[in-house]
Amino acid sequence: MINIDSLSFSYGRDGFQLSIPQLTINETEKIAIIGPSGSGKTSLLKLISGILLPQKGSISINNVIINQFSDAERRDYRISNVGFIFQDFELLEYLDTQDNILHPYRITRALTLNPEVRTRANNLAKEMGIQSKMKSLTNTLSQGEKQRTAICRAMLPKPKLILADEATGNLDPNNKTRILDALFRSTDKQKATLIAVTHDHELLGRFDRVIDFKDYCLLDAA
Amino acid sequence: MIDSLYLAWRYIVFNRKKTITLITCISLITFLPFALKALLSESEHQLMSRAATTPLLVGAKGNSLDLVMNSLYFSKEEPDFITMKSADEIIDSGLALPIPLYTRFQAREYPIVGTSLDYFEFRHYKIEQGRAFAMLGECLIGADVASKLNLSIGDSILSSPENLFDLAGIYPLKMVITGVLEKTNSADDKAVFVDLKTAWVIQGLGHGHQDVKKMEEAGAIVNQSKNLVTASSKVKQYTEINTDNLESFHFHGDPSIYPLTAIITIPQDDKSATILRGRYLSDQQDQQIVRPKEVIEDLLGNIFRIKDFIDGVVLVVAIAMILAVMLVFSLSLRLRQKEINTIFHLGCSRATVVQLIAAEILIIVLASGILCYLSLLVLQHYQENIVHTLFIS
Repeated sequence: MINIDSLSFSYGRDGFQLSIPQLTINETEKIAIIGPSGSGKTSLLKLISGILLPQKGSISINNVIINQFSDAERRDYRISNVGFIFQDFELLEYLDTQDNILHPYRITRALTLNPEVRTRANNLAKEMGIQSKMKSLTNTLSQGEKQRTAICRAMLPKPKLILADEATGNLDPNNKTRILDALFRSTDKQKATLIAVTHDHELLGRFDRVIDFKDYCLLDAA
Repeated sequence: MIDSLYLAWRYIVFNRKKTITLITCISLITFLPFALKALLSESEHQLMSRAATTPLLVGAKGNSLDLVMNSLYFSKEEPDFITMKSADEIIDSGLALPIPLYTRFQAREYPIVGTSLDYFEFRHYKIEQGRAFAMLGECLIGADVASKLNLSIGDSILSSPENLFDLAGIYPLKMVITGVLEKTNSADDKAVFVDLKTAWVIQGLGHGHQDVKKMEEAGAIVNQSKNLVTASSKVKQYTEINTDNLESFHFHGDPSIYPLTAIITIPQDDKSATILRGRYLSDQQDQQIVRPKEVIEDLLGNIFRIKDFIDGVVLVVAIAMILAVMLVFSLSLRLRQKEINTIFHLGCSRATVVQLIAAEILIIVLASGILCYLSLLVLQHYQENIVHTLFIS
């Protein structure tokens, strides 16, 4: 369970201020976050993942306050528990699709790259429809293919918390449904929690809850 | 570390043009001082080893370096000539053994060295194939001449005319190869050795032709007096010396005034050397006697002074290069900030990022080192020829 209490965060510029008095997200819940650009949706994901630290308040996961962790502890927490699908994919152009998917395994000792992981990476790629692109450099991929590669990379370590920043933003309707299905399926399979930032109001019905950042009010999925 | 090396390798391969440029620059700046040191060391070895084993050299007054370079390394700088009389005077003095040298001519770009058989004994050379020259028109070739021109015993080699357009000049002489010297790693490998008389025949001081008296009936005699016979062009001059025409070869004039380029002089002892050197001190003397070692030490002194200057320049260039490489890496890091942020966002530590960059630097430095080493191996293979071309030819 994620519990956010009296959270206050700002970048110290442009008068941007994110304030969340109270927000609780239950385990295995699928949350959609909507709101206008610049309202702090991505910042919230980064705060939950420990990339950013709040100035005030606390973020606790299973009653452990993560913003009191040291840098190293937050990194370990992130790499072991969080799958982050970034808005602009953040793929490395000098690696091919396969190496991008396996990248988290090459940069930390917390994850071990073994044949089972490679097989799982191939299965994930197959599920996402990018198996034929495994040896292609990312600069030769379409936006949709990059998106799916980023999703595979986030899902591969079987995270308990999936943070998706516009995960279906660059996909055509068919792929959008396919990717969202895969994302939901993986989330269910791993009994993970999904928090997804989206501008796509057609998809909101598939989430358990929607958080509108316009006025920080909670909307029922129905 | 293997993962870091793998990722670094992928980055380097993706940015191969930038990497190749960087590797080339680093290799070059590393290669330069080593190459310079190797070339100078080789030149010192080549110049000094030969000079140190040649006690004294007598030649015409003038540039002592030209005299030494021509006599020891058969360079193209030709000193003024002295005469055979000088060698006779050294013998008569009883102070030293003279080994005359005459190095004016060439055969297919290799110097023809006219000398005596004492030369090979003095240098402690062995003949690998065949024998030394014994007859007029025979030659002994150096190991490189044999291998480069693919020549062996029984083959022949023509002396080169000094000027192709001078019809009245020196005609080529076809010389028979009687032996090949062992490899000596010196200028002797690139020389064609002949007897002094053969060298003089090449110059035209000695020659062979048909017997004029036997050609009288053919109208070959233009004029005849008691002491002088003038023959026409019907009399055939020989351009090759063999057993059939050897008898017809003869020299005109006084052999004591025949030219030499230098005399290697081997004194009996230190005292003899000092006395001999004293005889050449007079201002009226038109010859000089030098210790080749001293002349080469002077030359090397100048070369090493230049080397010190070049070392300084290379050091400045190296510092500039290191700063440029550091700038390239720092700009590269700035350009890769987004990528580094991604790695941080995924959960990577700063130490891992440092490790990734260190792996890239390691690969680049290692590749530069290998390239530099290979370049030095190539240089090592050719350094003898390079030094010969730079400092001797």
